[in-house]
Amino acid sequence: MSRHLPIVAVTPFPAAAAHELKDAQLRANLGRATRTIRDKRARVVAEVPDWEELRERAARTKDEVLDRLPELLAAFEAAAVGAGAVVHHAADAAAANAIVADLVRQQGAERVVKIKSMATQEIGLNEALADAGITAIETDLAELIVQLADDTPSHILVPAIHYNRAQIREIFAERMPGFTAESDEPAVLAGAAREYLRRTFLSAQVAVCGANFAVAETGSLVIVESEGNGRMCLTLPGTLIAVVGVEKLLPRMADLGDFLRLLPRSSTGERMNPYTSIFTGVTPGDGPQRLHVVLLDNGRTKTAQDPVGRAALRCIRCSACLNVCPVYERTGGHAYGSVYPGPIGAILSPQLTGQDAGANRSLPYASTLCGACYDVCPVKINIPEILVHLRQTGPKPAAERAVMSTLSWVMRDRRRWRAALRAARTGAAPLRAVTRRHGGTLRRAPWPMTAWTAHRDAPLPAPESFRDWWRRTHAE
Amino acid sequence: MRIALFVTCLNDALFPQAGIATVAVLERLGHTVAFPPEQTCCGQLHANTGYARPARELERHTEAAFAGHDVIVSPSGSCAAHLRAHTALPVYELSELLVDVLGVTDVGARFPHRVTYHPTCHGLRMLRLGDRPQRLLRAVSGLELIDLPEPEQCCGFGGTFALKNAGVSGAMLADKCANAAATGAEYLAAADNSCLAHIGGGLARRPGAPRPIHYAEILAGTGARA
Ligand code: SF4
Repeated sequence: MSRHLPIVAVTPFPAAAAHELKDAQLRANLGRATRTIRDKRARVVAEVPDWEELRERAARTKDEVLDRLPELLAAFEAAAVGAGAVVHHAADAAAANAIVADLVRQQGAERVVKIKSMATQEIGLNEALADAGITAIETDLAELIVQLADDTPSHILVPAIHYNRAQIREIFAERMPGFTAESDEPAVLAGAAREYLRRTFLSAQVAVCGANFAVAETGSLVIVESEGNGRMCLTLPGTLIAVVGVEKLLPRMADLGDFLRLLPRSSTGERMNPYTSIFTGVTPGDGPQRLHVVLLDNGRTKTAQDPVGRAALRCIRCSACLNVCPVYERTGGHAYGSVYPGPIGAILSPQLTGQDAGANRSLPYASTLCGACYDVCPVKINIPEILVHLRQTGPKPAAERAVMSTLSWVMRDRRRWRAALRAARTGAAPLRAVTRRHGGTLRRAPWPMTAWTAHRDAPLPAPESFRDWWRRTHAE
Repeated sequence: MRIALFVTCLNDALFPQAGIATVAVLERLGHTVAFPPEQTCCGQLHANTGYARPARELERHTEAAFAGHDVIVSPSGSCAAHLRAHTALPVYELSELLVDVLGVTDVGARFPHRVTYHPTCHGLRMLRLGDRPQRLLRAVSGLELIDLPEPEQCCGFGGTFALKNAGVSGAMLADKCANAAATGAEYLAAADNSCLAHIGGGLARRPGAPRPIHYAEILAGTGARA
């Protein structure tokens, strides 16, 4: 099966973005939604006096996990197995999908219910299960909307952020069995989804989940959610399969508190999330009687070896960085061509896949390096620094390479620089008369500045450079 | 005090007024300005576009050019931030020098115009300039400072981002220009001529929109502008 991984962009970001930018409705939906979430986040974060210390400590905890990865994985496995779970290791997406499909088949099930999980999105589990004749049903409301629409998620936390409620009503009317409502009131739409999902939960034998955290000390998995659908999935079906990225580990149960304070405020702007489920192994007569944990690598061990890039693995998928990103706000998630969009996607997808995969090399350039993401990240990932690092280590066009090294050569010597300034000034002189009409700026420039003047006027070299002015006025 | 000026390559070539204004303000306050002539570029453009080696060479070149200077000022937030992150040079952005080192907010300027201020991303989030530039502007005689809506939103410049992702950059620019125009100000000031070249290029296409100006030029002002 050679379907491309859902973290490999097919179209380079600039082209994908150009397509999304044409959609005025999308931009309006995104602008409204991200502004609401980021204002809410800012309010509740401001309430926490020790927010900066929390961030520091959480970053350190996650770095400890990366430093001790093999050891903590072994500890987690031992504890989980001791509590009755079965632990599997998957080196990549194909291996993980095969393990899950086999486990579902062993139960003789044709359907599974799913809790929203980025790890299963990343490996394209639903599609792989479909190939194996198994139907996966998403039970998170937004994820369900996206699934019914036959679309892909456009946000980590709010996968249907690109739709407004009128569009959601249409999707339900067309695709949800038994949906008849005329209204697009949120309560009506949520009610319809609830009824549909209840029927599904009660008949499911197998549930598939991810995990927000995996505690090495106790072998416990932690799932944080808002709707209660997760609680249903975790308790009703007899078999539960968790697909967990290896970086989701926490060394100790005592570390969890910091993260449970950081995550909801950063992601939904709530002081606390409505449902937090912590479960360890199997308890006879209570909840699922078969618990499988699939520990997923898929590029993580390799990423953990890059001294700069590894910080991306601290990510707890809160999506605060998406909500403040001016690029994300204009393009939406689809432009990133990965289930990980926005700033975190721009550093995570190319690292997990390698920069040569598809068009992923274009992602580190999908940022102005404005730094808004770094400011809000609850685990202090210096996203701009990693973006620059990936640009520096990734492939680059030969023509650009030549221009850059010539430029640097010219600039490393003041005589060469002065000559270049003079040449630029002479070259621009004829243009000066043309541009005088609109304040001395250039409306249409020749290549390579055509992309610049497509959106804005270009400045011209000054009639007298600063250094010439200095010489004229300050030289002894 | 003897203060070395790092004018930046962009200002040297395209916007010498920002450097000239910086010199004027400091000299008016009684300081001596030096211009080490070997200086060219800090390497920011190379580093951020992905060229680590040429960037490092330019950083070393700049370090050598400024060897022996104890106080360096630059009228560019992003270049000051880059040098601070990648060299050991004691570099201050102009407002840091004036407010923190020299302890002045009133530089004795006059600029009888309506002005709005865009806090550029490097100034805001890397240097944490806070409201230093606005404090300096508020002390300017005759100046009316008008709040810019959504000030912390990036203008969409981002160095080569403006070329590589021209579409997104243009969309961000359009929003910044609309916010600037909504202020009714005559001038949009900022601490970085790279962002101003981009925003100004957008404003130039909107009749009646504010004109771009480096805030150093306002601080050097002595009266009304044409
Ligand atoms: S990178 Fe930071 S802000 Fe972005 S999703 Fe991950 S944890 Fe949240």
